[in-house]
Amino acid sequence: MPKARLASWQQWAAFAAWTAALASTPLWATNYIAVLAVSIAMNTALALSWNLIGGFTGYPSFATAAFFGLGCYAGALAQRAGVPMPLAWLIATVVAGAFAAALGAIVLRLKGHYFAIGSIGVVEMMRLVISSWDSFTGGGDGLNVPLLSGGPNVVARVFLAVMIGIMAVTFLVTILVDRSRLGFGLRCIQQNEDAANMIGVDTTRYKVIAFTLSALFCGTAGAAYASWRGYIDPIESFSILMSIKVPVMCLLGGAGTVLGPVVGTAGFMLLEEVFWASFLDYNRAILGAVIVVLIFFLPGGLLGIAWHDIGTRFVRLMRPPKAAA
Amino acid sequence: MIQHLQTLVNGIVLGTLYACLAVGFSLVWGVLNVINMLHGSFIIFGGYLTYYAWRSYGVHPLLALPAVALLLYVIGYVTQLLAINRVVSRPVLTTLTLTFGLDLILYNFMTVYYTATPRRVTLDLGPVEFGGIIVPVDRLIGMALALLLTGLLYLMMRRSRIGRAIVAVRMDRDAAALMGIEVDRIYAVTFGIGAMMAGAAGAIFAMVYPVTTNLTGTFLGKAFVVCVIGGLGSVPGALVGGIVLGVIESFAGQFFGPQQALTVGFVLMLVLLVVKPTGLTGIKGYE
Repeated sequence: MPKARLASWQQWAAFAAWTAALASTPLWATNYIAVLAVSIAMNTALALSWNLIGGFTGYPSFATAAFFGLGCYAGALAQRAGVPMPLAWLIATVVAGAFAAALGAIVLRLKGHYFAIGSIGVVEMMRLVISSWDSFTGGGDGLNVPLLSGGPNVVARVFLAVMIGIMAVTFLVTILVDRSRLGFGLRCIQQNEDAANMIGVDTTRYKVIAFTLSALFCGTAGAAYASWRGYIDPIESFSILMSIKVPVMCLLGGAGTVLGPVVGTAGFMLLEEVFWASFLDYNRAILGAVIVVLIFFLPGGLLGIAWHDIGTRFVRLMRPPKAAA
Repeated sequence: MIQHLQTLVNGIVLGTLYACLAVGFSLVWGVLNVINMLHGSFIIFGGYLTYYAWRSYGVHPLLALPAVALLLYVIGYVTQLLAINRVVSRPVLTTLTLTFGLDLILYNFMTVYYTATPRRVTLDLGPVEFGGIIVPVDRLIGMALALLLTGLLYLMMRRSRIGRAIVAVRMDRDAAALMGIEVDRIYAVTFGIGAMMAGAAGAIFAMVYPVTTNLTGTFLGKAFVVCVIGGLGSVPGALVGGIVLGVIESFAGQFFGPQQALTVGFVLMLVLLVVKPTGLTGIKGYE
């Protein structure tokens, strides 16, 4: 399958257009759509983050929720201790990154299925620890986070700007990694880790860097999410569903590409929104069906489809078999 | 002393149930190289079917168990043949995500039709006591059934043609195909057996503990841990892993409280994954 690689300016233009569309939602759409835009920006940041370890490096990480949840709690606890909000987000970012670096040094020795199971285990373990550590984390009751003053409209706009900012930074990091030695090394690891090691890629260091980068902005997004919502609990913060949804968004767009996670998240969230509204009881089943269709019919994601000759292929498909022979 | 002994017995009883719960998952992982996220929902589905057969038609759970197991086998066989076989040799990200997608569908329909209320079959058989150690009779029956089923599976894997074929596919898929084994069919049979064991475990659980759809994740987590402790794809490994986990959870629950019991299991799994991924038994699963 010929992979149409977009030129650099096209990637930037597409991303800039999408950012502008999300950022301008309060001007042309209802508040409901603006809140959806905040969610889209946040999930795009998470998907772009996952892409660094799952897409570029090819490690099936399901630890997104662990980093996100850690960010939620680090940010919330810092804010409750009186740290100003932006500083609390910074702390959450550093905590998530440091945690990923330490964890990565251990679990990145595992491969394939064992790595997948290990990363799921980390999420579960974090959730259990946070829910049972009542005195520090509020346990299963969750935590209240000081709300931003200024009324719902102002708050929504502030967090729209913040989430779009996080998304833009994550995109910038993705572009930088994509064009650097690091990105090249990660792709080598994805192709064949032993061979990459042989030709002099410091695989352990590269993997730990990728894992840490993939955690940093999950931490920021988590902390910002906690401040936005004003309340967090262990079940929502450390949800396996999120750990799987984020890779699915990425796969929907095309894992390992720069724009894939952006396109995939947009497609996924809009799809989910349409179905949420019309089939409230069956939204999980529909998500499941989307996953099944994605795996069977879109193995390369939306960006992996050869759009340029889709017309001719469609015509060929419609032609009676005699003419084809 | 007697209290510790009681905790130990509780742990072993629980552990045999864990073994029965995990053995199908372990087999599927070992043979197909697929992490089956559907496993937890299969267990609960088996439990619900048993409960409703008892509740609505008065069918005794012991009679319902074979029927439930057979039904789950068929569901598993068809699922593998139609869906998972298409992607079985793809990377873990693909197979795990696909089974998770299927799990969401099954889970959703279970919560809509059965709701998430915890339900259990109450047989009211009372407890038995020997030497100061008390075990409820229904748990004892559950333990016996779990051991029986695990033993039957072990015998089947060792003695029957199909069992040997499964082991052959596990050892070398290509060589097995050259020897005339239909690999796709063996995959479907294996997945069917995995689902069957899940359904049977669910039927047993419904007799002993309340089952609810909220438990699918917990059961799946147990299967992960047991698998990693015992080693992959081996029936004795799952038995050892299950009993070890049961005993550890039992003691952890006694010393640190029940909430910590789960955490200890996961910590043990992560440590073992890193230091000894072949599990405590070190069995490679070529039984």
